Amino acid sequence: MANDSAAAADAAAGEDLRRDQPETAAAGSLRLASVTGVDITLRIAGLGGRSYAFLIDWHIRVVAAIAWVGLGSLLLFGDLLPGAGGGYPMLYGVLLPALAIYLLYHPVLEVAMQGRTPGKRIAGLRIVSLDGRVPATGALLVRNLLRMVDSLPTLYAVGLASVVATRQAVRIGDIAAGTLLVYEDAPRPRNRDAVPDAAAERAELARQLLRRWDRLEDAPRRELAHRLLATSTDEVALQHADPADLKERLATLGGADAQRQ
Amino acid sequence: MSTRHDGAWVAEQADAWQRVAEDVERLEQGRNAPPDAVLRAVQRYPEVAGDLAKLRRMDAGSAAMRGLEALYLRLHDQLFTPPSNLKHELARLFRHEVPVIMAELRTRILAMALGFLLAAAAGWWLVATYPELARLFASPEMVAGVERGELWTDGLLNVVPSSVLSVQIFANNIAVTLTAFCLGTIYGLGTLYILVLNGLMIGTLFAFTAQHGLHGRLLEFIAAHGFVELSVIFIAAAAGFTIGEAIARPGHRTRTAAFARAVSRGGTLLLPCALLLVGAGLIEGYVSPDPRYPLWARLAIGIGYWLAMVWVLSGFPGWRGTSSNVATVAVDRSR
Repeated sequence: MANDSAAAADAAAGEDLRRDQPETAAAGSLRLASVTGVDITLRIAGLGGRSYAFLIDWHIRVVAAIAWVGLGSLLLFGDLLPGAGGGYPMLYGVLLPALAIYLLYHPVLEVAMQGRTPGKRIAGLRIVSLDGRVPATGALLVRNLLRMVDSLPTLYAVGLASVVATRQAVRIGDIAAGTLLVYEDAPRPRNRDAVPDAAAERAELARQLLRRWDRLEDAPRRELAHRLLATSTDEVALQHADPADLKERLATLGGADAQRQ
Repeated sequence: MSTRHDGAWVAEQADAWQRVAEDVERLEQGRNAPPDAVLRAVQRYPEVAGDLAKLRRMDAGSAAMRGLEALYLRLHDQLFTPPSNLKHELARLFRHEVPVIMAELRTRILAMALGFLLAAAAGWWLVATYPELARLFASPEMVAGVERGELWTDGLLNVVPSSVLSVQIFANNIAVTLTAFCLGTIYGLGTLYILVLNGLMIGTLFAFTAQHGLHGRLLEFIAAHGFVELSVIFIAAAAGFTIGEAIARPGHRTRTAAFARAVSRGGTLLLPCALLLVGAGLIEGYVSPDPRYPLWARLAIGIGYWLAMVWVLSGFPGWRGTSSNVATVAVDRSR
């Protein structure tokens, strides 16, 4: 583990990181402040991401509710579709639980899964409060209560209009609860898998630049080379490197990384 | 600027990050997280931050950077999300927040009650003047029954068991309450509509039953559950109307902030309201349709339950340990 406080300090200074309050860094993103000064920007989900997650969840809850109707009927009556003969056992044992599955799916799972549902997880989304944390239970319940308004007059028209019209792409329930839907962007902690990717990306870029070297003008190829080599080569050395030197360094970068793969 | 090769540095750190990720997973187990994992996570948080800052300069946008960013965010979440304690949260809600919000809304609740009574009076006057308007609110079966001298609530338990009746009633009442609250979003007009509609319906039905000498029995029917049921509707309407007012007149806040605050504060009342409606539903299912309960017993139950409601919504005044518990909760919250 590196204790490179200078790196952290540079980043902090460069990005104006320390803040008392979270803020939207730009339209469509949420910047989270940290006591270390190294903050994180979360991408806010738009209409597409929201709709995708909702449709997955909707299918899951519909299928789960229908499955319960079949299973409950089978358990209680030994018949998949007992019809009107079920009476109160049918109402209480089958229909009401199915309705509960459908209606309580979002509030229960969002609370239990800390702002996620299976649909959101598949879509790579989660709900956060405006300070980027897992929302409080009350906020999640308010958010779901206001679905009543968002679904007016039909097919979530109010909610969709609100998502389109607001800078942070939020529906009325989110505005009321102070929540946002953000992308997790989480290659979950498989950092070991990510390392070869990073090296491979850089090596491949170096090789591509070398292949195009003679066809590029001096200024753009020098700039690209500087960007690729900036993190592994001293800045002063880069400034004074001639084209041949740059090519050699790029070849080393591409070759070394390729060998590591 | 580091002269080491960035890929090599990332590879060196990968194992350390993996160990942090394993600790974060342990932390995500909540109370079962081992203390040594918690301590390690606290120690490694600034180190991960430093690594992330460095990686951002080296490999902005790379998969490694995004992976470390996700890990850092999870670690941050675990270390800085305040602990939740359901028991204390509920204690704070009922003993501190609900009474404060109720005190804030007191005038509006009275205004809603007055509006409801005016609507009921209007309903009464309309049916007294134009008797045929009763059919707007009463079904043909209800009208036919009343004209025969029977109230629709007579023999209700012969048709529906008390348990079923209770569930149907409180589910319906909770739905009405939530709707009255949520429709406040339409500048309070939705709330007003539900309040006036319910007032008109009550006034109309009383006027209609009075024309056939049955209003006493209707009053007897609602005596046990009506006090709390109507009060809860007034409370939800007041909270809903506050949302509408926050949108129309946000004051010194932004419209969005005023709206969010009104929903949050009004929403706080919905949990006690829903619980009170469950109780009212049980009374309406078991007591109200049962002819064995005389009027005095119904009134005693109705007024007693209403007083209990006032006690609950006032934060259980006089209950031993209330103030110290509130203080404890306040201290916990400030952590």
